[in-house]
Amino acid sequence: MSNQKPLLEARAIAKSFLGIKALDGVDFTLNQGEIHALLGENGAGKSTLVKILTGVYRRDGGSIRLDGQEISPADVADAQALGIGTVYQEVNLLENLTVAENLYLGRQPRRFGLIDRRRMRDLSRQLLSRYGLEIDVDALLSSYSVAVRQIIAIARAVDLSGKVLILDEPTASLDSHEVAMLFSVLRRLKQDGLGIVIITHFLNQVYEIADRASVLRNGRLVGTRNLNALPRMELISMMLGRELQAVEERHASLEPHAQLQDEAPIRFEAYGKRGSVAPFDLAIRPGEVIGIAGLLGSGRTETAFLLFGIDRPDSGTATIDGRTVAITSPEAAIAKGFGFCPEERKTDGIIGDFSVAENIALAMQARAGWARPISQRQQKALAQDFIRSLDIRPPDPDRPIKFLSGGNQQKAILARWLATEPRLLILDEPTRGIDIGAHAEILKMIERLCAEGMSLIVISSELEELTAVAHRVIVLADRHHVAELSGTQLTADNIMLAIAGPSQPEAA
Amino acid sequence: MSSSRNLPFLATLVVFLLAYVLCTIQFPAMLSTRVIANLITDNAFLGIAAVGMTFVILSGGIDLSVGSVIAFTSVFVAVTVGLAGLHPLTAFAAVLVISTAFGAVMGLMIRLLSIPPFVVTLAGMFLARGAAYLISTESVPIAHPFFETIQGLSFRLPGGGRLTAAAILMLIIFAAAIVIASRTRFGANIYALGGNQQSAELMGVPVGRTIVGIYALSGFLSGLSGIAYTLYTSSGYSLATVGIELDAIAAVVIGGTLLTGGTGLVAGTLVGILIQGLIQTYIVFDGTLSSWWTKIVIGILLFAFIALQRGIIWYSNRRLAADALKEM
Repeated sequence: MSNQKPLLEARAIAKSFLGIKALDGVDFTLNQGEIHALLGENGAGKSTLVKILTGVYRRDGGSIRLDGQEISPADVADAQALGIGTVYQEVNLLENLTVAENLYLGRQPRRFGLIDRRRMRDLSRQLLSRYGLEIDVDALLSSYSVAVRQIIAIARAVDLSGKVLILDEPTASLDSHEVAMLFSVLRRLKQDGLGIVIITHFLNQVYEIADRASVLRNGRLVGTRNLNALPRMELISMMLGRELQAVEERHASLEPHAQLQDEAPIRFEAYGKRGSVAPFDLAIRPGEVIGIAGLLGSGRTETAFLLFGIDRPDSGTATIDGRTVAITSPEAAIAKGFGFCPEERKTDGIIGDFSVAENIALAMQARAGWARPISQRQQKALAQDFIRSLDIRPPDPDRPIKFLSGGNQQKAILARWLATEPRLLILDEPTRGIDIGAHAEILKMIERLCAEGMSLIVISSELEELTAVAHRVIVLADRHHVAELSGTQLTADNIMLAIAGPSQPEAA
Repeated sequence: MSSSRNLPFLATLVVFLLAYVLCTIQFPAMLSTRVIANLITDNAFLGIAAVGMTFVILSGGIDLSVGSVIAFTSVFVAVTVGLAGLHPLTAFAAVLVISTAFGAVMGLMIRLLSIPPFVVTLAGMFLARGAAYLISTESVPIAHPFFETIQGLSFRLPGGGRLTAAAILMLIIFAAAIVIASRTRFGANIYALGGNQQSAELMGVPVGRTIVGIYALSGFLSGLSGIAYTLYTSSGYSLATVGIELDAIAAVVIGGTLLTGGTGLVAGTLVGILIQGLIQTYIVFDGTLSSWWTKIVIGILLFAFIALQRGIIWYSNRRLAADALKEM
């Protein structure tokens, strides 16, 4: 595969949103007949790059060449006409239409100005038979499985565009058999000379299907490498942004540490949910900070959702102080003394138009029950307390929270949970999107809280952060809890080794 | 065509045929073409408006301005023909241009300002009704030879029934709408929009143009319905057809179209109209029932059909989930 010529060349692509650089001078080259993995953690800029290539966003700077011609796709239809087709994770087809209608929407074959349904049906059958699908094209799309819909979406995109196919998390909801079916389709398209970009967080699949990988981090290109000459460890360190220091430390040191389970008052046993997180054991002692590490999509956030009752487990038990409890809703979790600061602060955490005081009082109100309202004065007194102790700025309890900076919003959410005096607080990416000063303060606060006897679970993709604050770190890969590190073994390198894992289980 | 997609329509058809058979058992005279022709004539203006409503609902929207536009049209025609002496055809053309433009502007606002259709067409409803009052608050009679000519036109059915011009117009509109919905790209785009606007946009459907087109079409058909209504009553009155859009919505939903959009058939709306007409006819034949029974039966039918649709969705979801489990 050395005689490849570049098909799509993006040079020095830049894009900012409200002054924040989402992409900064990113180069990306896709060859004809190659499958190119685009990798990076959340917020690395993958989806921004894809949206620029497919005409959803306009770039601020840089150039894109397709077949040597400079292009500037104005919208999705324009990009399609130029030859760039996209298939998104949540398959962007219409469930209320038939398969044939989906395949030919907007370009139906016509006779005398009217849609020729028979020809559309025949064309659809021919098109899908090239993908090995022999299905009733007059049936509604909703009657087929996600895998079949995925292939239908690919068939449409390739038929429409025919040069570049971009797949955004195509395997996220497929089982291993369906993944194999999809990959055989991709290999054939590659042989036909298509350039394929695949975004996924399943590293096994990257090595199975892709020829090269480009890694983005914080809006910049870390590098583009041939995968057959790129060890898995190196790829992971490219994604997480860390130079390897001690590759010599081998997997032998990665045995799960023996746990002192008898003194842990909060315990989860064989806790899991199919398709989300494989069953795991977790014992939480007072005053302990447990870190959760793993790549995007490894089951980090899903673990938090299970613990906090947002998702219901389908296996396992939870015990608190020796009694079995059912944590089936966030409300139940709060009643048990749990707290949770979600990753998506803007969408899941704060209510932007509410004042700082109201946002802080929310969880307390939930705990007190709606029948016993917390008065304005109590709210304000509470808010004043936390504004002082957490140094929230500006120190104005009546200001709508959306006007605060990210770090101060995060502190307000922390205050909300601290007000309920939880025994277990789960923080999902507590330092994402906040400046360095606030970052250090939040880490300090975590240490202070656990010194007071509170248990904390901190989910983070910043390995240094985890090794700095956590007593133990649980490592997740492909939705399994694969290792637990503590004491001297708790190093960033060991976490990466565990993520790379010698024997990763198949994706569920 | 999938069977579960057409199930609501088939259910409506069965209900209509069953009801009709029951009616004819009690009143054999209802089996004449005369009754059927009258039933269609009496509901012609409602049927024409309901066609526009079908497209709007299929796209996932709603048009509350229909009744007001019909009233505006009738007053406009009555005043320009009856008082200003314009030729009816000129008045018709002018009012159709106005009502189409009115719909198009509502569509533009829905698209450009991303205001929900409910709000925009609610404003349109007040606007059109207000404009009708502005022209005249009185009931204006129309006496024009051309009007009488059109009203005299009819198509004789075997058995003595007469299809009036308005009835024929409604049947033509339904036929054309069925072709538009199932055999044109505009029609396909409407279904796509009702399925999921974001997906439709990502698939290259010209969303803006389609939305404007849908509301312009509904405005046009409301105007046409207003003309049919004017022919039917030979007058224009700004207080007329209050709430008629709700009857149209009822016909569309009873006809098997999902209020959430994306699923349904224009032919279903025709059956929905016929069911409403059949109930009215039965009440006339019976002679002792209050005409409010029409509303009560329509209400019960609406509940029944919405429950049926929920049931079908629930059942097909469960079947899908069962399939998925089997595959695991």
